[in-house]
This record gives sequence, structure tokens and C-alpha cells, in this order.
Amino acid sequence: MEHRRSIFDRDISRSRADVSLSAFGFLFSELVQQIQREAESINDLEGQLEQIGYGVGVKVLELLAARDRRNFRHKHKLVPCLRFVSTTLWRYLFGKDADRLEKSSEHDNEYYIHEQEPLTNMFISVPREYGALNCAAYTAGIVCGVLDTSGFTAKVQAVTIEEPGEVDKTVYVVKFDE
Amino acid sequence: HRRPNDEAFAQLPHRLIPVLATMFLIVGRSEPLYELEIPTVSTASAGSLDQFVLHSALDLVETAMQQHTGLFLRTVDSFGDLLVSAYVTPTHVKFLLLHERSRSEDAIRSFFGDVQELYVKLAMNPFCVYDTPIVSKGFDDRVRLLASKYLA
Repeated sequence: MEHRRSIFDRDISRSRADVSLSAFGFLFSELVQQIQREAESINDLEGQLEQIGYGVGVKVLELLAARDRRNFRHKHKLVPCLRFVSTTLWRYLFGKDADRLEKSSEHDNEYYIHEQEPLTNMFISVPREYGALNCAAYTAGIVCGVLDTSGFTAKVQAVTIEEPGEVDKTVYVVKFDE
Repeated sequence: HRRPNDEAFAQLPHRLIPVLATMFLIVGRSEPLYELEIPTVSTASAGSLDQFVLHSALDLVETAMQQHTGLFLRTVDSFGDLLVSAYVTPTHVKFLLLHERSRSEDAIRSFFGDVQELYVKLAMNPFCVYDTPIVSKGFDDRVRLLASKYLA
């Protein structure tokens, strides 16, 4: 067996180092620019961001559970899974809980996760031609990846909510199938 | 409960029945992702029959998941002297182990847990696509090592 250091030799437990915000900012900015060059429409742009986020969601879910495998529990119901997303997952990704999780009063099987200032949008200013583009589609993809592989098929969309007199905020609309 | 598989199984000639064979299988949403036959001291491996036994246990894994919420599902099925133990990762990747009754549950749980950690490291690789067969030799080498540590 080879003795070269491989990915399997790395420790999965929490590293003490923080990730540089500017490093993330630059990397994400470049990601959006790259997609924007090839995308055919705003929906396509958001769709590609969501797709990339999806892969991240799958990996993050496995990682979080493996770090805490004695205590991790499969979620059989929607709401506990959403709570996991808006607390544990959010804390891991952004260092804080999501602002709010609520169930829709109008539509069945629809939930909203509120976020005042998504990290993804921190260094992005959307020109008018791009309309309602919201780059938090990346985070929406992460949420979708986590929900989907946990057994809850859902469509997650990052929607920009305009609030008069205040900075726009983002709401992730989670619409479950069935 | 008696399933159609049991009827067919009972009619198989004796020499085809798995004898103290041990096999580990990783199953994704729709197909097997990884397979390992583990030679134990008193084994006469029966190859594809072990696979048959493990695949027919998959439905019972789903049932067991309704009752347990932990990752380790313990024994989900039995075939004569052999048991099938299962472990499901949060993204619903299933680990199945066909083993003798005498195998300690702690050893099996530890084996599954260590394989899960290997799986996570594999999954974190951006070049590895979720729910596709595992071809990494590094993964295979290390799973074999774990098998000889916990299951030999």
C-alpha cells in the first residue's frame, strides 16, 4: 500500500483556522463572472449557481454528521430537517443561525428561511439589467442539496424581497413536492 | 415473515448456500457503489449468493429506518446463521454487512463508523460525484485494513 499522504489521512475534525472573508469574496465573484459569461439567461445563471451549491450541500451534510456521528439523527419529518438547516447548517456555514424560519400560511408544503444579508451577496451589486437576480441562489442550492439527500425533495429559490426604506433582504422559498 | 426469496433460497442445493461468508456492500440510491468480500478463517465464499442476500435485505433497511433514527441500524435481516447489519449515512448511502451471528455488535458499529469517516473524506473530493461507484484504490485499501482490524 502506498505511503504517500492522501486525502484519507486528513483529519475531518474542526480546524481552528477561520477562512478569510476576502478569499471567499474573490472566489465567489470569479465564480459568478464565469457563469455569467456562459449563461443564456438570468434563470440559467441562478440555476447554475444552485447546481454548484447542491454539490456543496451534499458534502456539508456528510461532514457535519460524521463529526458528530454518535448524536446525529436521521430526520423523518420536514420541520426537524428545516430546523437543522436553519440552525446547525447555517452556523457551520455563516457563523450564525438563519434570521427566521416560517411556514407559509397560503401554500401547503412551502416554508421560508429569512436572511437579511446573505454572505454571498455581500460584495455583489446587481445592475438594473439583471433584474431580480439573486446570487444567494448558491446558498439555495446548498439547502436543496441537504434537503434532497436527506429524503425531502424540494425546490429552493432565493428570492429578493424589497423593503421600502431598507436594504433588500433575501428569503429562501422552500417548496416541497407532494 | 416469509418472503418469496425465502422459498427460492430453501430450494437451493446445499453447496451454494453461503457458509460463514462475510461481505460488505455500499449501496447508493439506485445501484451498488462498492463491494468487498472479506475472507475469514472458516470461509468458503459463495460470491454472487452473498450479493443476493444483501440486496434482498435492502427493503428491510428502509423499514428499519422508520424505527431507528440513528445512523447504525444494527441487524436488519437474517439468513440462517448469517445476519445482515446496516448503517445509513445522512445522505442515505447504505452500508450493508453480511456476517456470522457471533460477530460483536460493537466491532460492527466501529467498522461502520470508520468506513463512514473514509466515505466522508472521499465525498469531500470535488472530483467525486455523489451516488456513483467508488473506484478509489486508496478507499479500497483502507476499507480492507478496517475489515481485517474489526472483522477478521
